[in-house]
Amino acid sequence: MNKVLMSGNFIICEAAIRAGCRFYAGYPITPQNEIPEYMAEHMRKAEGGIFIQSESEIVAINMIAGASAAGLRAMTSSSSPGISLKQEGISSMAACELPGVVVNIMRGGPGLGNIRPSQGDYFQATRGGGHGDYRTIVLAPATCQELADLTMAAFDLADKYRNPVMILADGMMGQMMEPVTFKKPKPRIYNKKFMLQGAGSGKSKFIRGLILDPIDMEEHNWKLARKYEVISKKEPRHEEYNINNAKMIIVAYGTAARIAKGAIKRLQNNGMNIGLFRPVTLWPFPEQQLRSLSAKVKNYLVFEMSTGQMLEDIRLALQGYADIRFHGRPGGAVPTPAELANVIARIYERTVK
Amino acid sequence: MAKIVYQRPKSLKEAVFHYCPGCGHSIVHRIIAEVIDELGIRGITIGVPPAGCAVLAYNYFDVDMIEAPHGRGPAMASAIKRSLPDRVVFSYQGDGDLAAIGIAESFHAANRGENITIIFINNAVYGMTGGQMAPTTMLEQKTTTSPLGRNNKLDGYPVKVSEIFSQLQGVTYLERCMVNSPANVNKTKKAIKKAFQCQINGHGFSLIEILSPCPTNWKMNAVNSCKWIDEVMSKVFPPGVFKDDIPAATKTAEVDS
Amino acid sequence: MIVKTIFSGFGGQGVLMMGVSLAHSGMNKGFHVTYLPAYGAEMRGGTANCTVAIADEEIASPVASEPNFLVAMNSPSLFSFQNKVIVEGTIFLNSSITNDRPHRHDVKVFCIPCSDIAQDLGNIRVANIIMMGAFIKVTGIVTSEIYLNSLESIMGSRKKSLAEINRKAFAAGFDYLKNQQG
Ligand SMILES: Cc1ncc(C[n+]2csc(CCOP(=O)(O)OP(=O)(O)O)c2C)c(N)n1
Ligand code: SF4
Ligand SMILES: [Mg+2]
Repeated sequence: MNKVLMSGNFIICEAAIRAGCRFYAGYPITPQNEIPEYMAEHMRKAEGGIFIQSESEIVAINMIAGASAAGLRAMTSSSSPGISLKQEGISSMAACELPGVVVNIMRGGPGLGNIRPSQGDYFQATRGGGHGDYRTIVLAPATCQELADLTMAAFDLADKYRNPVMILADGMMGQMMEPVTFKKPKPRIYNKKFMLQGAGSGKSKFIRGLILDPIDMEEHNWKLARKYEVISKKEPRHEEYNINNAKMIIVAYGTAARIAKGAIKRLQNNGMNIGLFRPVTLWPFPEQQLRSLSAKVKNYLVFEMSTGQMLEDIRLALQGYADIRFHGRPGGAVPTPAELANVIARIYERTVK
Repeated sequence: MAKIVYQRPKSLKEAVFHYCPGCGHSIVHRIIAEVIDELGIRGITIGVPPAGCAVLAYNYFDVDMIEAPHGRGPAMASAIKRSLPDRVVFSYQGDGDLAAIGIAESFHAANRGENITIIFINNAVYGMTGGQMAPTTMLEQKTTTSPLGRNNKLDGYPVKVSEIFSQLQGVTYLERCMVNSPANVNKTKKAIKKAFQCQINGHGFSLIEILSPCPTNWKMNAVNSCKWIDEVMSKVFPPGVFKDDIPAATKTAEVDS
Repeated sequence: MIVKTIFSGFGGQGVLMMGVSLAHSGMNKGFHVTYLPAYGAEMRGGTANCTVAIADEEIASPVASEPNFLVAMNSPSLFSFQNKVIVEGTIFLNSSITNDRPHRHDVKVFCIPCSDIAQDLGNIRVANIIMMGAFIKVTGIVTSEIYLNSLESIMGSRKKSLAEINRKAFAAGFDYLKNQQG
């Protein structure tokens, strides 16, 4: 298979188009402008492909909902402030069980923040972000290859569970180029009965999120909850690195995990045995997988480019069975592996006996 | 004795603009500051800069300022004005900010006849994010999200803010100007002054649309950008006063002064 | 082995192209590579820079806090980045447009008048490729053949004449140092 050198933002687009995405709507925002720009050219070239530069992020997410209802694989993308605007629409899609892919190339926040890479949107992504009892599947790539693979997987998961799926990356991943191989996408499995394409001579149907009767609403909530339960069991993904004999484990995702891996390699040379646990799905969080490690390893260091958000999920997963430390770099400053190695070494020496 | 004929307006800080050479934002900043000086309102003016190339306007204007989320300036400005009716409140917005993401806020602030002033910089692109298509991008104009030129069938038409907003009953004063020549800069300054005066006199909503060069994203030099405004942009967006409901009495008073 | 290079200069000097072409040829040689452009509002000021990492193992960070090589196409770039270069690292300087020289004495310095050479070749836009010729000659990260093939595949099959002038430019940079050292 052919290796090509592409930037993360372009890789997402190319993977989406190859996975059969035929509708993209979005609004410019740095550091993901390359996505609407690529789509403006290439989505319109793809057979049946539709590109719309919407007048806002709110409009883009609702366009995705419309295209999805009409039966197309659909995607929108933005960066942190724009993702905030999409939350009403994401909640609505979850309520209506509409598949769709939302890409967040995170930047520093809150507010307008800055355009540097950050991981401050973890809570927003994994807790749903919008209102109501719903969940969004969240995939966190750490390499450009994963951007391609997980974008394709996002469409499959969205269809499979009829739920919005978010790709959570950051400005560095979006801008960076790495070699990538586009794998063959799986054929789409999605029942026509979920599409709104006109009743023809059959029975008409409707899609809605408003359910006034509290008993019906409750049943709908439980139905969604049962679906999320299944996702929580079947879909957690993670990567382990250097776990055997590790005396301490770093937990990190996305860009932070790359940096952590580099730091761990440096420290290995100094005789420190440190492993990496990298969640690939942030929701469902690979909770069981992490907890099972705590039987062997008692020291954990969580590293995030935020003030500590995934940290809460790790505390929940480890349930007090292990010692958890935290190191955070919010606001867009990405530490080097060497800097992080210094931090880890200090904590290692204090906690590991 | 030497006479000072040109100096930094008091309402501008001692800072170097970060705008590209030939950018219209710098010119408009300067003339707004001159107007604020001339009206003697530095101490009672509150500005609302947008998300857009002018996001750092608070580094340049020496008046109180609060940055609004993208498109929401008129909502903030409306509320500030209602809370502090004797202050002069203006929002400063690009075409993406005003006519795309913030069209609802702008339209309804105008329709409510809020006693605020909007300075609207129309440069036919999203400047800050790197030259994507804006609501005001002209047909056939190439941008990074209309690589083959704006196509009316797929992308719609340029939004003519002044023409549309002049239909709203809430609007008192509305003029479209350009800053591509010294004469036009003077005209623009007069229009801005009139708009602020309209607000000070309590006459209601004013908006000044300004055709403004963005050499960087138009991929032209500064001179050609100014020419392009004359030859192309002003044909689609003709300058002029679109609405003037300022009561006649104050108008004469102004002329006398 | 991991080697990081910062390319920096004015917008329009083809600085990002230098980075992409190096990363691409690194990939074609079978290395792990990353390329990271500086992005954001500062690009408006007309400067451009990017970082390329090439390694025989997974690359943790595409950022270079201590690059092995710096390619400075103008003097602001030299001042911004010279102090980051590792001890015993190498600085490549476009000496045509600046009389400034690195303050560092613990690095190797190659001054290539690439804008002048480009002028002589009749196309000022190939100054970047001339620099790449010198860069590949000194660093030997990839062979000339691999580099030129990458360059051509990035440029696409757009223009034969373009490939021709690029080859010439590359050779001019490569030979410039050969003659200097010879
Ligand atoms: C919710 C949200 N979406 C997108 C952006 C990114 N953004 C910042 S400025 C801007 C548009 C700038 O264009 P314009 O309003 O025309 O101003 P100009 O820079 O041209 O003066 C965009 C899309 C943002 N900051 N917030
Ligand atoms: S990009 Fe355009 S609008 Fe922004 S500062 Fe430069 S010239 Fe002005
Ligand atoms: Mg604009």
